[in-house]
Amino acid sequence: MCSRFLSLLPFVFLFALQCTAQPPLKVCADPDNLPYSNQAQQGFENRIAELLATNLHRKLIYRWSRMERGFIREIFNQGECDVLIEVPTTLPRVLTTRPYYSSSYVFVTREKRKLDLTSFDDPGLKSLKIGIQALEDSPPGHALARRGLANNIVAFESAGSEADEIIKAVANRQIDVAVVWGPLAGYFAKRQSHQLKLTPVPPFDSPGIPFRYEMSMGVRKGDTALHEQLTTFLIQHKAAIDRVLRNYGVPVVDRRDRGQSSQGGD
Amino acid sequence: MRKRFRKFRFSFSRFAIGICVVTELFLLASCSRSSASSNNPNSNPGFTFVAQPYGGKLEPDDGQWIRPAKDLASTRYSTLDQINHENVKQLKLAWTFSTGTVRGLEAAPLVVNNTLYLVTPWPNILYALDLTKPGAPLKWAYDPKPVAASKGVACCDWVNRGAVYGFGKIYYNTLDNYTVAVDANTGKEAWKTKLGDINHGESMTMAPLLVKDKVIVGNSGGEFGVRGWVTALDAKSGKIVWRGYSTGPDKDVLIGPNFKPFYPQDRGTDLGVTSWPPDAWKIGGGGMWGWISYDPETNLIFHGTANPGPWNADARPGDNKWTCGIFARDADTGEARWFYQWSPHDLHDYDGINENILLDLPINGQTRKVLVRPERNGYVYILDRTTGEVLSAKPFAYITSSTGVDLKTGLLQYNPEKAPRFGSVVRQICPAPPGAKDWQPSSFSAKNGLLYIPHNNLCMDEEEVQANYIAGTPYVGMNVKMYPGPGGNGGQLTAWDLQQGKAVWTIKDKFPVWSGTLATAGDIVFFGTMEGWFEAVDANTGQVLWQFKTGSGIIGQPITFRGPDGKQYVAIASGVGGWPGAIVSAGLDPRDPSGALGFTGAMTELPKVTRSGGMLYVFALP
Repeated sequence: MCSRFLSLLPFVFLFALQCTAQPPLKVCADPDNLPYSNQAQQGFENRIAELLATNLHRKLIYRWSRMERGFIREIFNQGECDVLIEVPTTLPRVLTTRPYYSSSYVFVTREKRKLDLTSFDDPGLKSLKIGIQALEDSPPGHALARRGLANNIVAFESAGSEADEIIKAVANRQIDVAVVWGPLAGYFAKRQSHQLKLTPVPPFDSPGIPFRYEMSMGVRKGDTALHEQLTTFLIQHKAAIDRVLRNYGVPVVDRRDRGQSSQGGD
Repeated sequence: MRKRFRKFRFSFSRFAIGICVVTELFLLASCSRSSASSNNPNSNPGFTFVAQPYGGKLEPDDGQWIRPAKDLASTRYSTLDQINHENVKQLKLAWTFSTGTVRGLEAAPLVVNNTLYLVTPWPNILYALDLTKPGAPLKWAYDPKPVAASKGVACCDWVNRGAVYGFGKIYYNTLDNYTVAVDANTGKEAWKTKLGDINHGESMTMAPLLVKDKVIVGNSGGEFGVRGWVTALDAKSGKIVWRGYSTGPDKDVLIGPNFKPFYPQDRGTDLGVTSWPPDAWKIGGGGMWGWISYDPETNLIFHGTANPGPWNADARPGDNKWTCGIFARDADTGEARWFYQWSPHDLHDYDGINENILLDLPINGQTRKVLVRPERNGYVYILDRTTGEVLSAKPFAYITSSTGVDLKTGLLQYNPEKAPRFGSVVRQICPAPPGAKDWQPSSFSAKNGLLYIPHNNLCMDEEEVQANYIAGTPYVGMNVKMYPGPGGNGGQLTAWDLQQGKAVWTIKDKFPVWSGTLATAGDIVFFGTMEGWFEAVDANTGQVLWQFKTGSGIIGQPITFRGPDGKQYVAIASGVGGWPGAIVSAGLDPRDPSGALGFTGAMTELPKVTRSGGMLYVFALP
């Protein structure tokens, strides 16, 4: 009895060692922000986080938090999580990895409406109701306001459960066009009964407002060890990540191809 | 109407000036701290300002402090004079109390029935201290348990600006949008009412005002697309009686037939909708996180409205009513009576929520019922509080963003060269977004008629664009960089002559003076610096008479009261934080000047001179 127990000890010890060697992977995610993430883990960031944790052989733990002002300061930099699955590559406040996808703001219209919008200078915009999401500093808001189109703007909530309303409003003809970030458009466009068309807006608008963004993972500044692991993961598992993005309808733009369009609504 | 100002001229003879100089030299010699905050009583050479005792009516002073602004007129003036400009140098620490919090302490303590009450920043604990016992031991503590998620929607540290007393209860707001009533004797919760939703970016930080049987409160969160409101709750039950929004159709704003604004630009139907792009008013900001005053004669409350959202002004053409302005409302019904807009179509985040001091002042030989407002845009406004007419608007700080206020039209004259333009660099925009003065409240001395304005001296550059993201969506925002204005001092205390519309003396400080001020009949003004100095200065000359270095930077509101032993006490909560102090209390990276919405750039020296930590200090004569 006793010796049998003793013979198990080395295994128990090894098991314990492995546990301490691989602490859980703490990922910050928004609790209610599809298509990115939610607490039910239905977003594409959730999928990518799972892939990452599996490949690092670490248990995935979420720290749920809205990613608004103060988030990096109050949560991320306090060590409450270690990884941000998706941030703009040029975000100065965290250490970002190589980009793993690029997307664009898009014009979302009803297919049947046959609006061929490709530019903010399209004269047709003057007679359209244009939906944008209310952000602190909305790139489409700037571009439209600069052209005297502010009165055509209809503002929508960008928060959590109401994030799809802007896309529904296009489908329901409440507005003629929405200008929103691609991943959000792609995901919700697929869920409307009407066929919706997604067309990338031009990559830049004067004076210096970008509409294409490369997206990366982020770690705290100085956390180079984890940064290296993420970099390796992103290279080795590019195909799996691309598959996730495709499944969620994320309109990915090629960094070299500035004019690609993609379709939603199938 | 009859009350007239007795003329009381301080005419400083050469002899008196000689004494002043000697005293000043002595004080400077005995003063061991940096000259950055030394007194500078020379802005009016010759010292021939007219000091006029205030002729208007004041609320009787019972030696207590039952609301942050002292009286309903918000004078923050105490008639207690046991501590005066001659003996204040003997002021000694009586006792202290640690709040156990590390965030910015902006609240004014209350003193009622020999008990001192203090609300902390989140988690918004209410402490009651027994003044009848030595060392004022803790009587009880009430913990409202606000949800932790509310910290995420607080734009500018997790502050709370104080409580109010009435009907045997202490009323205050929690960061997660509850107004609570707590039995002042037992610390038991009487009621708790939910007023807003953190999931929509709302929070509550302001100090309520109790008007008759109503507790009046408002929301914060203009930075998050919140629609601002002011709400009255029944003091007995906590039930909501009325709510007036800052944007939207007239019925939501409580605008009806009795709404009679003074200026034509504020007249019309549903201006809270039509002065915005379609539907933008729904997320248009205009929070109400500042101060409310009440005039019993007219039964009107006066409250400001905060900045419109989003910050990008190009996306919201129009006057954006009713943001960045002031409402007079019937206290019983909330019905709006008049409105005036300090900053139509706000370009610079000049929230209009500062304190409103209700006075009866002689203007052009006539006593007028006025409302005095040292405003974020840099002007001391004097309004007729019965009509909303602007009687004067004089700059009290360095201003480049506007050139003045047209008294005929009431319109702020913007300087188009300093309007932010996306993608282009605009330098020397003054004042910066925290304004010439933020929420930190002024006091008014009835002894000499001067207003003591604690304020900022900040300018900003709008520079290169920087990547950011919110709710999963990337974008590029303008990089705002703030820095001290002309003179290099980030803040100052200004003694302001309301009659002449100019500064009588100023005290410069390295950092914004983010504390309130207190004026007393002992001819003293108390205030604190962000370095942690608590100071008593001569109300007439601005000479520093006494100072004490507290444990952390001061952004609180000083009060004074008569203790159960008959002695006069002065209390201040020390604990750096708030928007400018977040660099310390939230540990922001001083190398990132864009932190705290660009405020960090002006505050990089602060972590070198102070640390966080909340502590109440109470002083008395030996």
